[in-house]
Amino acid sequence: MIAGAGGDIDGAVKAQFPLLERSVHGNPIVYLDSAASSQKPAAVLDAMDDYYRTVNANVHRGAYEIAAAATELMERARADVARFISAPSVDEIIFTKNATEAMNLVARSWGGANLGPADAIVLTEMEHHANIVPWHIMAAERGFEIRWIPITADGCLDLTDLDRLLDGAKLLSVTAMSNVLGTLNPIPRLAAAAHDAGALISVDASQYVPHLPTDVGALGADFMVFTGHKMCGPTGVGVLWARSELLDAMPPFLGGGEMILDVTKEGFRPNTVPHKFEAGTPPIAEIVGLGAAVRYLEGLGMDAVRAHEVSLTGYALRTLTDRHGDDITVHGPSEPAQRGGVLSFVYRDVHPHDISQVLDQSGVCVRAGHHCAKPLMRCLGVSATTRASLYVYNDTSDVDSLAEALDEVGALFGR
Amino acid sequence: MAGLEDLYREIILDHYRNPRHRGELESPPAHRSEGFNPLCGDEVVLTFEMDGDTVTDLRVGGQGCSISQASASMMSAAVIGRSAEEIRELTRAFKAMMSIHEETIGGDGSEAHDGAGSSEPGGGDGGSLRLGDLEALRGVVKFPVRIKCATLGWNALATGLDETVDAS
Repeated sequence: MIAGAGGDIDGAVKAQFPLLERSVHGNPIVYLDSAASSQKPAAVLDAMDDYYRTVNANVHRGAYEIAAAATELMERARADVARFISAPSVDEIIFTKNATEAMNLVARSWGGANLGPADAIVLTEMEHHANIVPWHIMAAERGFEIRWIPITADGCLDLTDLDRLLDGAKLLSVTAMSNVLGTLNPIPRLAAAAHDAGALISVDASQYVPHLPTDVGALGADFMVFTGHKMCGPTGVGVLWARSELLDAMPPFLGGGEMILDVTKEGFRPNTVPHKFEAGTPPIAEIVGLGAAVRYLEGLGMDAVRAHEVSLTGYALRTLTDRHGDDITVHGPSEPAQRGGVLSFVYRDVHPHDISQVLDQSGVCVRAGHHCAKPLMRCLGVSATTRASLYVYNDTSDVDSLAEALDEVGALFGR
Repeated sequence: MAGLEDLYREIILDHYRNPRHRGELESPPAHRSEGFNPLCGDEVVLTFEMDGDTVTDLRVGGQGCSISQASASMMSAAVIGRSAEEIRELTRAFKAMMSIHEETIGGDGSEAHDGAGSSEPGGGDGGSLRLGDLEALRGVVKFPVRIKCATLGWNALATGLDETVDAS
């Protein structure tokens, strides 16, 4: 519980996540890896279980009762997601497998139709591989240029040369919040600059939508991708949102059932959006689970979620520094209001692999590695970091457990 | 700390804190071989000299976790002065030790299986060779994700030796 945290999130939230009742190596679990994947509240687990036990049928082409009910549940989830990000139209919500597939959809479909040898796109040095590799693949095919916005020493985007980088570019694709540094990027400003330069902006919101109130219009986004499993939902479902006119003009991504209006021996006519981009049987139970996750987060209130995380991030930064002083360096912005609850740190000269191994013995779950952001790791001059990430169910006791468990690391590897 | 004694044995921590044969030989003339684990960024850079069939000197460079660096350090102490054939035998024995619980390793043990199939039944004693201090790494198999750390240097050396044979 956070006393005076400013939000309404309290200890009751943790009790809504069944997995957090278990122990690890004899210690209560301290789950600090939500940037990789969040835990799921009972409301989400129940929604998926109920779906399989009482509704399960394929969607869209069944006249019978449960097929209609399955379709209704799936489309209700689409409406939930649209409302959650203030999308102008429900039909602008495309369900994908994950954020990675959504980004590949944008690169392959929009990029394939719009990018050629004379063109350029702009990425940033803090992107996740999911917002880099699809563009590398397309660039190798199409011959367009990829430009990079650099980062500053404190882990923010260096926008000094933004206008020059955007000059003549057709797209800026950028993360709203770094999965390594927690940095919140100024998306409205970037969107305005991109639009002034005649470019579109694609936003990787995988770390943003789960943690902050999101309004695609206020952000100024043209495309936005995110994933279900980082926002209390299940794995296997992600979302692409894009403006209707963009989606209408884009060619299909995957071909198959559901994405067509007609098929002949000579060819096919694509369906309208969103179905044009949802070939094959969708992950129905997962979509139902994502809808339940959205309603769960709405019940908490995203303003309260954000307030809780700002408060807890500030507590974590203070606690780690107070206890470990110069032994610990936390990457990224020092001001909690400018970042999310993602804390990548270096502890003495101990390798992240060893840190996470020792923390695990205390039940503390953190991630060690390059966090799918190797260009960023090179900028930071490290091969890997240890990352602790916070969410609605974390509290000050979790942060205290992390800080205490780091003592064990120091005891074992001190030299 | 409780639960980790099998992984972080004192001799392993000693090799991590005081790595043996640390550094790099001028290459060429020394042979050079690198091992890289993209999962965690562990990197081992080996440079070694050979006189005929014998490894006469070897240096370990690179950076990474305690297990990868200690294992490479222990390997350096074990292989200098040995013939390529002896080192291959030692490598087979070491990797057999790293895969003795392969049924519990699941999908993570693919690399640990390399060479294990060619070792003699009850592998681990390495035939005429003894693993000696290397036995301290036996506990790593209880932590399957760390097996690739322990075998990183050994795989790099095996590749490097194969290349010197191919080149001669």
